[in-house]
Parts: sequence; structure tokens; C-alpha cells
Amino acid sequence: MPSELESARTQVRTLVVTGLGLNCEEETAQGFRMCGAHVDLVHLGDLLDDPRGRRLSDYHILSLVGGFAFGDHIAAGVVYANRLRYRALDSLLRFVDDGGLVLGICNGFQTMVKLGLVPALDGRYATQQATLAANDRLGYRDAWITVRAEPRSPCVWTRGFDLMDLPSRHGEGKFIAESPEVLARIEAEHLVALRYVDDRGQPTQAWPANPSGSTNAIAGICDPSGRLLGLMPHPDAFLYGFSHPSWPRRKLRGSLPAQGDGVRIFQNGVDHVARKLSGSRETV
Amino acid sequence: MTVRIEVGYRAGVQDPRGLATLDTIRSFLGIPATNVRSFDVYLVDAALSEQEAEAVRRHVTDPVTQRSALDRLAPEPFDFVIAVGFRPGVTDAVGKSALALVRDLLARPLEPQAAVYTSRLYFVSGVDRQQATAISEGLLANALIERFEIADRDQYLASPPDTSVPAIRTSHVPSVQSIDLSGDDEALVRISRERILSLGLDEMRAIRDFFARPEVTARRAQLSLTRDPTDVELECLAQTWSEHCKHKIFNATIEYREPGREPVTFTSLFKTHIRDATERIRQQQLEQRGSSWLVSVFHDNAGVVAFDDAVHVVYKVETHNSPSALDPYGGAMTGIVGVNRDPFGTGLGADLLYNVWGYCFADPHHDGPVPRGLMHPRRIRDGVHRGVIEGGNQSGIPYGRGWEIFDERFLGKPLVFCGTVGRMPVTSAGRPTHTKAARPGDRIVMCGGRIGKDGIHGATFSSAGLDESSPVQAVQIGDPITQKKMFDFLLEAREQGLYDAITDNGAGGLSSSVGELCTSSGGARLDLSRAPLKYAGLDPWEILISEAQERMTLAVAPDKLPALLRLAQRREVEATDLGEFTDSGELLVTYGDRTVASLPLDFLHEGLPALHLTATWSPPLHPDPVLPPDLDHGALLEALLRNPNLASNEKKSRHYDHEVKGLTVVRPFVGASNDMPSDASVFLVRHGSREGVVLSEGINPFLSDIDTRWMTASVIDEAVRKAVGAGGRLDHMAGLDNYCWPDPVRSDKTPDGEYKLAQLVRSTAALSEFCQAYGVPCISGKDSMKNDSTMGGVKISIPPTLLFSVVAKIEEVTLAVTMDVKQPGALVYLLGVTRDELGASALYRHLGAIGTSVPRLDPSETIPLYQAVQRAIREQLLESCHAPTRGGLAVALARTAMGGELGIDVDLDLDPHARALDTAAALFAESNGRFVVTLAPDKSAAFEACLAGCAFARIGTVTAARSLRVRHGSALSIDADLRRLKAAWKETLDAV
Repeated sequence: MPSELESARTQVRTLVVTGLGLNCEEETAQGFRMCGAHVDLVHLGDLLDDPRGRRLSDYHILSLVGGFAFGDHIAAGVVYANRLRYRALDSLLRFVDDGGLVLGICNGFQTMVKLGLVPALDGRYATQQATLAANDRLGYRDAWITVRAEPRSPCVWTRGFDLMDLPSRHGEGKFIAESPEVLARIEAEHLVALRYVDDRGQPTQAWPANPSGSTNAIAGICDPSGRLLGLMPHPDAFLYGFSHPSWPRRKLRGSLPAQGDGVRIFQNGVDHVARKLSGSRETV
Repeated sequence: MTVRIEVGYRAGVQDPRGLATLDTIRSFLGIPATNVRSFDVYLVDAALSEQEAEAVRRHVTDPVTQRSALDRLAPEPFDFVIAVGFRPGVTDAVGKSALALVRDLLARPLEPQAAVYTSRLYFVSGVDRQQATAISEGLLANALIERFEIADRDQYLASPPDTSVPAIRTSHVPSVQSIDLSGDDEALVRISRERILSLGLDEMRAIRDFFARPEVTARRAQLSLTRDPTDVELECLAQTWSEHCKHKIFNATIEYREPGREPVTFTSLFKTHIRDATERIRQQQLEQRGSSWLVSVFHDNAGVVAFDDAVHVVYKVETHNSPSALDPYGGAMTGIVGVNRDPFGTGLGADLLYNVWGYCFADPHHDGPVPRGLMHPRRIRDGVHRGVIEGGNQSGIPYGRGWEIFDERFLGKPLVFCGTVGRMPVTSAGRPTHTKAARPGDRIVMCGGRIGKDGIHGATFSSAGLDESSPVQAVQIGDPITQKKMFDFLLEAREQGLYDAITDNGAGGLSSSVGELCTSSGGARLDLSRAPLKYAGLDPWEILISEAQERMTLAVAPDKLPALLRLAQRREVEATDLGEFTDSGELLVTYGDRTVASLPLDFLHEGLPALHLTATWSPPLHPDPVLPPDLDHGALLEALLRNPNLASNEKKSRHYDHEVKGLTVVRPFVGASNDMPSDASVFLVRHGSREGVVLSEGINPFLSDIDTRWMTASVIDEAVRKAVGAGGRLDHMAGLDNYCWPDPVRSDKTPDGEYKLAQLVRSTAALSEFCQAYGVPCISGKDSMKNDSTMGGVKISIPPTLLFSVVAKIEEVTLAVTMDVKQPGALVYLLGVTRDELGASALYRHLGAIGTSVPRLDPSETIPLYQAVQRAIREQLLESCHAPTRGGLAVALARTAMGGELGIDVDLDLDPHARALDTAAALFAESNGRFVVTLAPDKSAAFEACLAGCAFARIGTVTAARSLRVRHGSALSIDADLRRLKAAWKETLDAV
């Protein structure tokens, strides 16, 4: 017999938006499916005007996936965020208002920041308050890094773990707040959900552990509600134990799990919704 | 009205592009510039109100880090400014996205010709005008596609902002010419040369004779066509008959001569040595197991092999050498996005899974002269990497394999290999996905990008050597996002069964795509006036053969057309009905009402006269060097690891995504710090399954200096061995052959053509022999036969080069074994036979010699060993497995130890074969068929039982101390600090 939580998970409706140069939809959908959620992949064009009548409000979770929407031309996420701003802002704001969850990974995070979905201080959800600028070392780079989940963050996606290894794959991931005051408030309100750490587990500005030179080692930011998370590294690329570069050594030590750590982030979001759906009390 | 917007970084905010440019100016050009700041410029060519212009400015400016202005943004102090923009007609992908932004923002219709043009400004301090010019020409602008202007501070501030846009505005009225072929042979040759047809005299005569046939003349009169061929017809024939498309040399009749032997005649190396070998392997599979996993080989754009019940695996590797020589960035980018279209255009189309790349360059540290018209190899290397990085990353396809080879003979033409593995469902919309056929009545639909003059004569131009008259329009720039949108659309259309056939528009453009697809229906009627153009003024022949990128051609049943066009529109992809597939037996091309070409398919595809060539082999004589008795083997090892051919290229490689799709299991770099090249990469094919594929490759053009037969045997063995050692199944492994040769046809320009052709014959014969021996069939391949350059009066020919790529199945991806040692105390084994085979080795080349003792291959010795290694991997006995290749055993031991960040202590006297050799040969011979493996001591009995009957020796142990100690001839030959070796190994290419 599936537990109440398990059956509630199948009721969690997740929307993965595709198209226009995005490319991480398959693995992101797989991540949510591994957590038991129902996933629909919908092209942005159909979300704006769906012949089958699907709407954002039909879903509990919106996933903005990684990729190169519009080639990251002008700056990463800008053209895509602009399209959402001018063609879907009302439904997005309503979705957030109604308690929806948003997970933006890499290009999705860039889009969220430029659209103003995070950090959204004072609940100003369509105002850009920060940016993700070009990495200090120019160019896209793919290498694994380690992030630390900030325990005091309200983020619902990053609970129950301390350190996590994930691949970092981007050219524009340096978080810069609009002003020192904005940065101070982000820190004071614990909106930093994830930070890059060195091999002692301490936040670092040093490359390559901090791949971009990101301010305060910020790797992921949430909104004040904690339901909206944007992060640069890719939990969607760590779905299996053997996705980790060190899996052959882990296997030799007898410690190769079937599931990758990245799934925990998806599971947190799915279970957050599932608990609400099943009416059980949320445990933090 | 044109709005000019300039965007730069705020004071105090780092400008990473400016800093990177400054670094390259100083380190590569050696110019002591002190500062570089860059601006992005957008020219919006549309009627905007002041408020609208201001809104656009705001939206292209990052509010946190940037500042901007309409017209001109005040620069910080500088000495010279360099403005770099595209030439008219060159693809401006950023401009295209910016236009999408403008449209979304304004939410009102813009005029149809509205466009955004982008350019860049570089403000440079610490240079004079001459240096600014050198920076522009040598780094910032490629004159083929870009133009630049230089101004000093006073000039710049005194001049008005430049609002001229590189639009193509022409008054040319498209027309069709007839070409008079009645002249003598000389005239025919001149027509071929002047029009860049790359057709030989025999071919020109065949075309002339065809058009003189009475039945042809009569048919043409009916169609109101001139008696003489039109330019559309001649150009179409030239594309279809090009070396690039028809592989004339691989299909030629060749008389092969060798001293002391009777001449042998081959009718088509392709058929006898490649296709027939694969067919024999298919028969073998059928006899031995009752079925074959070969699904579709050689006749489509890529090879297809069975993987599991749900999906097939598709693979193709291509080269894009000539375009990459002229415009490294654009040429290489179209190399990768172009080869993506091959699996996509196979059967009804494949999902794209992983890319591979490999490059042959001259040394980027080259400090000798560079012939006029050629680029410095460092600039070529930087541009090629950047093009494939951006093309692959933006397409969302990880890379699986990447390698670089360096030799001065690649100064004239770099080799740029790009490949793509795809996955196709066994069935889609109820039909087998691996087959396709256009049916009479189906519509010809072109989708994706528009047609421009870019890429005209690409196929015929790549079928000729590179010289000063090479056409600039042969260079295309890729636009990966346009292609990605098209692929997303087509996958949906495939699953809905909206088309019957698909192929890509690559070499030869529409002439090839429609020309090939219509062979299944039996004809086509194509109206070029319907084709969407980037700008007006193209002549019909240009529309027909343009190689403008990001286009696929479909055959669509008339009742499916509305649904297909509707879906295209929803996905923001242009799709256009250009005519109809017929069964008329001819390719009929119209331009509106006027018929401009009528070519019977049998003449188009079979009318090409066969080529007759002679090949003459004479073994080259390169004396073996006499090695000094006091060689310092440790120092030699360090020198080899510093050689760019063996050095780490991780710095460039990290810029390529290798994780997107989440299917990656064994990466291109492995080890304790993930910095050592893996022997083979392993990927899942789909989520939810634990079966995967193993990818590896073999390449060693240096061995061609002795004998291409053994070069070929060695690269096949290298690829197979690396895949087997990683866990790939030898009985489910397919190969791809990519030939890059210097012109092998004897002529005034190529007096040694018969020798080069003999090298080719020896290579394909070996390919046939050893592929059959291993049971590894070639499923697809490509040849590029004119890799010579004559620039500034200097002829440079590449060494004959064969890339052999393999894809193998692995049942359970966590059985895979990586090349790095894992634990101290593990036992080190050497498997296989080390022989006195130093010919053309890394050691000999380091010592300035070639020698004669080329590595050979005896499959009766290697196959049992490979089967034994497979058993050991299946039983999970091995901790690491590494195949020694270039650099021999010493380099292999160093690599496997450096990868694991541990040490190795071995005594080669424990191996009877190595003991019998000179120390130099024992350490550095590049004998095939060998592995270095490590395993836990408690596994040794089971392992040795696996190896019964094979040559092997337990030679030492893995140590915690990070040193490499190798004994031979009762002496300690190498005692090296591995930290130091690793630093040396990284230094060479990290510096450029």
C-alpha cells in the first residue's frame, strides 16, 4: 500500500516549460517524475495560447529549465524574461500569489532574476533587483562544484541536506545585487538558499570552487516565501548515483547509491505540495 | 530611421570580454596594450518613436551592471577605438534575438524589413595606430565576414555616430543564363574553373554530350528551355557530381601497383573495402546469432544500429576543414550544427544525444612564418574551439569525446572533425523510424532558416584545394537557436506523423536535398520563386545551391500539409511549400512560371563518368635513429608529456558542456581530480534504463609517414581497445571511418598523386581486413580528399589521416571501468605484447626521426585478450584499465597514476617481452593490443584465470607515494615525481 504521502505525490502537477532554445527539459522532467510527480512538458508558445486549453493555474509547480533561450543573446535570460513579462506576467503573478512553487535552474534562474521573481524583496515580483553577470573568467565552463544549503533560509527546496555536489555549467552566473542595501536585506532575510563552498565546507570567492566570482558565494536565491528558488548549478544532472564524477571510487568503497543527490531538491518541492494536498502537517 | 544604442559596463564593474581581449592582445600578439573596454552596439532599423527607442535601450541594458545611451555612450579614456561589425548578408544571430525582444516589447506590428544589426566597439589604451590595426586584423575582425574601422580619440569624438546598417540592398534582377558548351576542351575547363564547378574535363564533356542528345533537345524545346544547359542545370550537376557529394575518388576504378607484384584493379574502394566488408559482417552476424544489429548503413545521412527494443542508435562524423581555415569560428560552428542535421535527417529523424569533436592543427606555439592568406594556428585553434563550443552548447548537446593532434603540416588546412550520436525510436507514429520515402504527390517543404548567398559553392569548393581564389561566400555562420527551434518543431511533427521523408540541406543545398529525396518518388517539380530569401536579388541557381544553414527539407502528404504549417507557425519556425514530388523521372525546376531546369534523374545521379586512376606504392625509407646509450628516460618522459600532442587540453575542453541531458556516466575527463582524459566515454541512451553506449576513437596520422596500412590497423585497434577496456561489448560495436587525405590524383600540382593514392588503397584494404577481423562493421563514413593549400606560393599537404570512431553497447553502465588507478596496494598488470615498434612514435618524433618499425597488429593475438578483458570487467575484477597508445607504456603508466593521484612502482623485467627489448623500446614503443590494468590483490587469481592463453605479466603495485618508478634491464629507468610530471603535462596548452 502506498503511504498517504506517496499517493499525494502523484497528484502534484508539475509544468516543465520547453522551447526557444531551452534544453534541460528531459532530465528536469525525469527528476520530478522520480519523485512521483505528474509532469507535463509544454512549449512556451502553448502556455501563452494553448490549443488544448492548459493553463499555468492548472499546476502546482512551474519549472524553468536550463538551456540557452534565444541563445542567451544580449544577456542570458533577457529576451526570454522579456517575453514572459510582456505576454505572461499576469498569470505568473497569479500563480505565485496562489501559492505555486517555481524552480529555476541555470537559464531558468537567469530568467527569474531578470524577470524579478527572485529575490523579490517586499513582494515586488516583477522588479529586477539583482543580476547574474558574466563570470569573472570569461566563458561557459562545465565542472562540478559543492554547494551548502543555508539552514536559516525559508527555501522549501533546499531542506534536509547540508552539502551537495552538483555540476556548474554556465557563462553568466555571477550574482550581483542592485545595491549594497539590497544585498544586506537578502542576507538579513536569509534569501540565500545555496552557497559555493571550498573543500572545508566554507563559502568561498576562490575559483574554481566559486565558478563565477559570485557575490557572497551565492549559488541560489529564493523569494521571501521560500517557494521560489533559482540556482545556477544543475540538480537535474545528478539524478543517479553514477552521475557523480567520483562514482567509480564510491562503487569501490561500496557506497554507490542508486539515486543521485540532485533528486532531493525536486523531492523537497514535490513533497511540500504533496503534504498540503494530503492535509498532513508540514514538517520542517 | 535607424536607432543606435551603445551599451557598456558601469565604471568599477568588471568587463570580462574587455579583460579577455586585453589578455590575448598581450600574450598572443605581443602588443603591450594597457586597457581594453568593450561596448555592444545595436542598430535598430525600424520606425520607432522616441519613447519606443528609449524603451528598447532600457531593455537591452542590464540595470545592475551596465549603462547605455542612444547614439553614443561616453567612453572612458582610450587611445584608439576599433569598431567591428558584420559584412552585409552575414548571419547576425544576436540581431535576430534582439528583434524578437523589440517585437515583444512594443506589441505592435513592425514593418516587414525591420531588423536589428549588432556590432562591437573596443576602446584600447596603450597602443598606436599600427598596433590598433594589427589588433583588428590579427584578432578582432576576420575580413571575410567582418569589417572594422579604427579611430583615435579625437577623430572618434569629432565624428557623428555611425548609423549605417549592413543591409543588402540590390537592384539586381534575378535572371537565368544559358551556358554555351560548344567550345573546345580548353573552353570547357575554363568554364568549370571560372564558375567554381570543380568538374573535370571528362565530366564537362559528358554534360556537353548529354545536352546534344536529340531526345534531350526535343524535351527542352517542349519546355521552352534553351538547347544549351542553363546556369541552374550546370550548377546543379556540379553540386551533385562534386567530390564532396559523389565521392569520385572512393568510387574510381584504380589500378594499384606495388614493386614485385602484379598490378591489382579495384572498382570502387568504397564498395570493395568498406560496404562489402560491412555486408560480410552482417552475414557473419546472421549466421552466428540469427540476427544482425545493423539497421541502416551507408545509404542515409548517418548509420543506424539497433540498441534495445525501444530505440536505435544513430551516428555520423563529418569534417569541415576548408571553411574552418577561412573563418575558424563560423566554419567550425557550421561543422557542428551541420553534422547535427545528419542524424536528424536520417530515416524520419533522430533525437540528438552527444557530440564528438577532434581537431588537427599546427602547434599554437608556432613561431615560424605563416604563408600569406593563412591564419596563425593559435587563432585558428581559438576560433574553432569557440565555434564548436557555442554551436554545441547552444544546441543543448553534450560532448562525449574531444581530442587534438598537432603537426606543422596542418598549417595549410586544419582538420575539424565533428560528429553526433542520436537516438531514434524504433517506431514513430506507427511507422519504422529508420526508413523514409517521398511519395509522388507529396509536397516539398523547406523549413528552418532562409536562403542567402552564404555557403554558395561550399560543396564544389571543398572538393578543391585551398588557394587565394577560394570564394568568400563559401563561409557560412551558424545560428544554433534557429536550428534548435526547428529540431523541437520537427520532433513534434515526427511523432504526429506529419511527414514521409526528411533530409538536411547541407552541401549543395536544395539541389542535393530535393535531388536525393526525389529518387524515392521518381522526380520532383520545384519552384524556386517560392523559397524564402534573406534578401532580394538572388539568381535562381544561387537559390538552388545555397548552403545557407539551419534548413531541412521534408516530403509532406498534401492532407498533412495544413497541420504541419500550423505547427510550424506555433513554434516560430518558417516552413514553405516549394513544390511537389513526382514520378516523372526528372528534376524539373521552375522560377515562377518559367522552367529553368530539366534534369532526368538517371543522368543527374548516374551520368557521372567513372574516374580511372593509378596508384603506385613504394615503401618510404626513413632510417632508424641511433639512440645514444645514455638516454635520460625520466627526462624524455617529461618532454613527451609536455609535447602538445600528449599534453592536457582540459582548459579548452571544460568550455564544452558534457552533462546536459543528464545521461553522462563516464566523462571525457576522469580521475581523482577529473583532469585526465578517459580512454572512452559512457552515456545512458535514455532515462530509466541502465544500458548505455561507449564511445572512443583512434587517430594517428604520424604512422602514415611509414605505411598507411599499419596506420589504419593501429587506429582501428586503438578505438576498439579503448572501448573494450572501458566495458564496451566487442560483439556490439560499430565503426565510422573518416578519411582526410591530401589530393591523391596525379597532376601538375600533385606530381606524387600516385603514391598518395596508393596510401589510400593500402588504408582502405586494411580497414576492410581489420574491421572484419574484429567484427566491427563501418556503418557510416566520410572522405575529404583535397586537404592541400597553396597560399603565398607555398604548397602544404596534410599527412594522410583516418579517424576511426566506435560506438559500443554496455549492458549496465556501472560495469564501466575508468583509466585511473584507485587504491594503493593494487596490483599492476601489463597485458599484451610489447615489441620493438618505435617507428613514427612520439619518442622518435621528439628526437627528430621517423624510422621504419611501425606498430603492427595481429588480431589472432589481440581478440582473445580483448575477450578476456571483457570477462574480467563483467566479473568486476578491475579497478582501472588503460590502453597505452601514443607515447607508449611510460606515458600510459604516468597517466594512469596521475589520474588516480597515487604512485606506481613496476619492474618491466617481469614481462618477458619487455625484458627482451632495449629500454627505450620497452618504455616508449607504441605496440598495439596492450592494456595496463590494476586490481585488488584478492582478485588476481580470478583475473589470471580469465587471461589463460594470453600474454600478460604482473609488473608491480600502486603506491601511496606519488612517484613513478620503472625498472628495466636491472636498472631504475624512471624515478619521477608525479606532481611535477602533472604540472608539466598541464603547462603546455594551459598557456595558450
